[in-house]
Amino acid sequence: MIKTFETPPPFASQWFDPLPPPALSSGTSCRLHGRFHELAPHLVPMDYTNEPDIRLPLTLIVTMPELKENPFRNRIVEVFSEDGQGNLSFNDFVDMFSALCETAPRELKAIYAFKIYDFNGDNFLCKEDLEKTLNRLTKGELTPEEVRLVCSKAIEEADLDGDSKLSFSDFENMISKAPDFLSTFHIRI
Amino acid sequence: DTDSNADSEEESMSEGEMERLKEEVEEKKKIIATMRNKPWRMKRRECQAFVDKFEGALGKGKGKKFYAYKVMMTKKWIKFQRDFENFKTTCIPWERKIKEVESHFGSSVASYFIFLRWMYGMNMVLFGLTFGLVVIPEVLMGLPYGSIPRKTVPRAEQATAQDYSVLMDFNGYCKYSVLFYGYYNNQRTIGLLKFRLPLSYLMVGVGTFGYSLMVVIRTMAKNADVGGGDGDEGEFTFSWKMFTSWDYLIGNAETADNKYASITTSFKESIVDEQENQKDENIHLRRFLRVLANLMIICCLGGSGYLIFFVVKRSQEFANRDDLSWYEKNELELIMSLLGLVCPPLFETIAELEEYHPRIALKWQLGRIFALFLGNLYTFLFALFDEVNNKLEEEKSIRNASIWALKEYYANFTLHNNDSEATAPPIDPADVIRGPCWETAVGIEFVKLTVSDIQVTYLTILIGDFARAVIVRFLNYCWCWDLEATYPSYGEFDISGNVLGLVFNQGMIWMGAFYAPGLVGINVLRLLSSMYYQCWAVMATNVPHERVFKASKSNNFYMGLLLLILFLSLLPVVYTIMTLPPSFDCGPFSGKAKMFDVIMETIDLDLPAFLGTLFSYAANPGLIIPAVLLMVGDNEQYQHMSAVPVCFCVDEVSAKWHHAYSPVTPVT
Repeated sequence: MIKTFETPPPFASQWFDPLPPPALSSGTSCRLHGRFHELAPHLVPMDYTNEPDIRLPLTLIVTMPELKENPFRNRIVEVFSEDGQGNLSFNDFVDMFSALCETAPRELKAIYAFKIYDFNGDNFLCKEDLEKTLNRLTKGELTPEEVRLVCSKAIEEADLDGDSKLSFSDFENMISKAPDFLSTFHIRI
Repeated sequence: DTDSNADSEEESMSEGEMERLKEEVEEKKKIIATMRNKPWRMKRRECQAFVDKFEGALGKGKGKKFYAYKVMMTKKWIKFQRDFENFKTTCIPWERKIKEVESHFGSSVASYFIFLRWMYGMNMVLFGLTFGLVVIPEVLMGLPYGSIPRKTVPRAEQATAQDYSVLMDFNGYCKYSVLFYGYYNNQRTIGLLKFRLPLSYLMVGVGTFGYSLMVVIRTMAKNADVGGGDGDEGEFTFSWKMFTSWDYLIGNAETADNKYASITTSFKESIVDEQENQKDENIHLRRFLRVLANLMIICCLGGSGYLIFFVVKRSQEFANRDDLSWYEKNELELIMSLLGLVCPPLFETIAELEEYHPRIALKWQLGRIFALFLGNLYTFLFALFDEVNNKLEEEKSIRNASIWALKEYYANFTLHNNDSEATAPPIDPADVIRGPCWETAVGIEFVKLTVSDIQVTYLTILIGDFARAVIVRFLNYCWCWDLEATYPSYGEFDISGNVLGLVFNQGMIWMGAFYAPGLVGINVLRLLSSMYYQCWAVMATNVPHERVFKASKSNNFYMGLLLLILFLSLLPVVYTIMTLPPSFDCGPFSGKAKMFDVIMETIDLDLPAFLGTLFSYAANPGLIIPAVLLMVGDNEQYQHMSAVPVCFCVDEVSAKWHHAYSPVTPVT
């Protein structure tokens, strides 16, 4: 499935035609369909040959055991939904788990990670986005000065073009060298 | 005009393009789907070749039965292998116990017990080697107790040989038993099978070190593959912590809570690091204080070394007296164990002058404790060697005396018996004049040291942890301040102290096993009881560290330490084998000029002639030196691969740091 985006930013060429998610085996597709169905048995039909347009709301998706403990679960579901509100069709559901699976390529994961951490959706990771990320990670245990220090240090480390916020290329440059990224940004279903 | 048209055309084309592309893609997908369902076509000749090759698999022709049989056997074999792997996993001892400790205290505390279990396994193998190849043959095929002088308690000591206090000192019957070197006979071959005991004794002694070396290096190499990361030297410390620390696989609420806690602590650590870097410092004062602290610690180390030397000298004087109190008899071992107990906290207190970052301070602390133990052990060894040299001197005179006494005995016999043809009955073994047997004396010293180390460790746990927990729990009801939350509260499990203790204990075993084959057996018992005792103690009396952490990447630090200790224990043993003459009347090498003469003897008498010449060529220094250098080079490589300069428990460090730097939080 090739997914194109409605409003790609002017300079990020890779956004016009991102790499397709890895093809899933028929077994995995069946399993995913089973999981999708059990979230809302009354809504989701067993027979998908007519490709019905059923979308499940965010509140239902985040009850899945794989997602419910994740501090970024809302953002993950929003990123993969077409309307940006978190309503996932089955295709979106499959896209989400294939981007997060073990065999997804690093570039694809970096793209989606960037979108997940970009809370205000302006295609930049600005200070507020970082602060929100940090507060979710530490459950508000750090003092405001500590939060400010961490965010400014993070921007200082990764910002290459000096605009005090992280663009996608800054983010990708930083994340491609991270040893843990592939193993932590991974959901098994 | 044309421009605007072109522009609009371009715009509409992009939309139209999109639509067309989508359609093309859909068509192609349909084609691929139908293609998949169609059968392939093959040329006839290729078909025939294919069928011939895979006849059996296709279920036709003469190969069918054999192929089916092969497939069935392969499947059975794979199943058997899987079952065997499962069985092996269930056979691993104490797995459930360790898992329980891990779930309560985290994997860093559990890693100590895993290390203990690994040591137990290695010691079991050493025990099997020693027992099977040295002790059992001597017991089954050698001469029994009382038949020859070396196996009999001398007449003078027989009265007290069964006393409990004498046995506790490993004298009396203990001294003349299979536990120690002196018991073994020097007959070249024993029993029907012509078992060569002296050769076996030497080979097992050397083989112990060889096996231990192999096992330690193999484990280090395995850990080097798995483990790895060094600390926070990256350029993207905060960014990586922010974007890659959350593990998306977590689905369990408790694990998630622990993860939040560890992420928070990790951030706090980095913040402290950053603030330290930004702090101003008075360099001169700090340098002066550090030099002062190091001087004080060197004084402590020197003082403890001298104390041990002094006590060893005193114990040599005590050896000549008989009226010793319990304290005087065990003074040496007690002092050594107490030094090991008292000095580390002393070092920690002095180190507060230095004001290092907690991670660096812990490095220094471990280094100093290591130096302390090493210094003590080697001082003990040097003092012991002094004693050995004294005994060697003594031996010369006793040897002459015993030959003289034998001549006298025969002379007396012929004098008092008129029958000139009667031969004298041999002297009763208990009456023969005995040499000092320095090897058994060394063996006894090591055994006593090990036993007292065990006693001190167990008592420390009993008093330091158990009694403390009981007092805090029950006295809390009637005490003015809250014992549980502030001082003294419950103890935490001291991982590095325990691991270092284990490592040094193993060093002593390696050193002493050559002179006291029973020592390995004692150690196996000790490790076994330690496992149960410490598991119980940790569950009943300790509280978890304030933060629960994931498993450390630092196992290779302790393995590296073990390797170093192995080499350092190897040196004294090799030195004695090569240079010191064995006692003339005890042990498997008695009567020879040097211990390794057994090998020469075996080569001369047992092996074919050409091998003898081959060995003499191989012993040429021109060949040996390059071989040694090659081996050293290999070891260096392994060490570099596995031991990052000072990597140890990130979590351990964090725990200590947490105590030092964070506000006191009540332990819930």
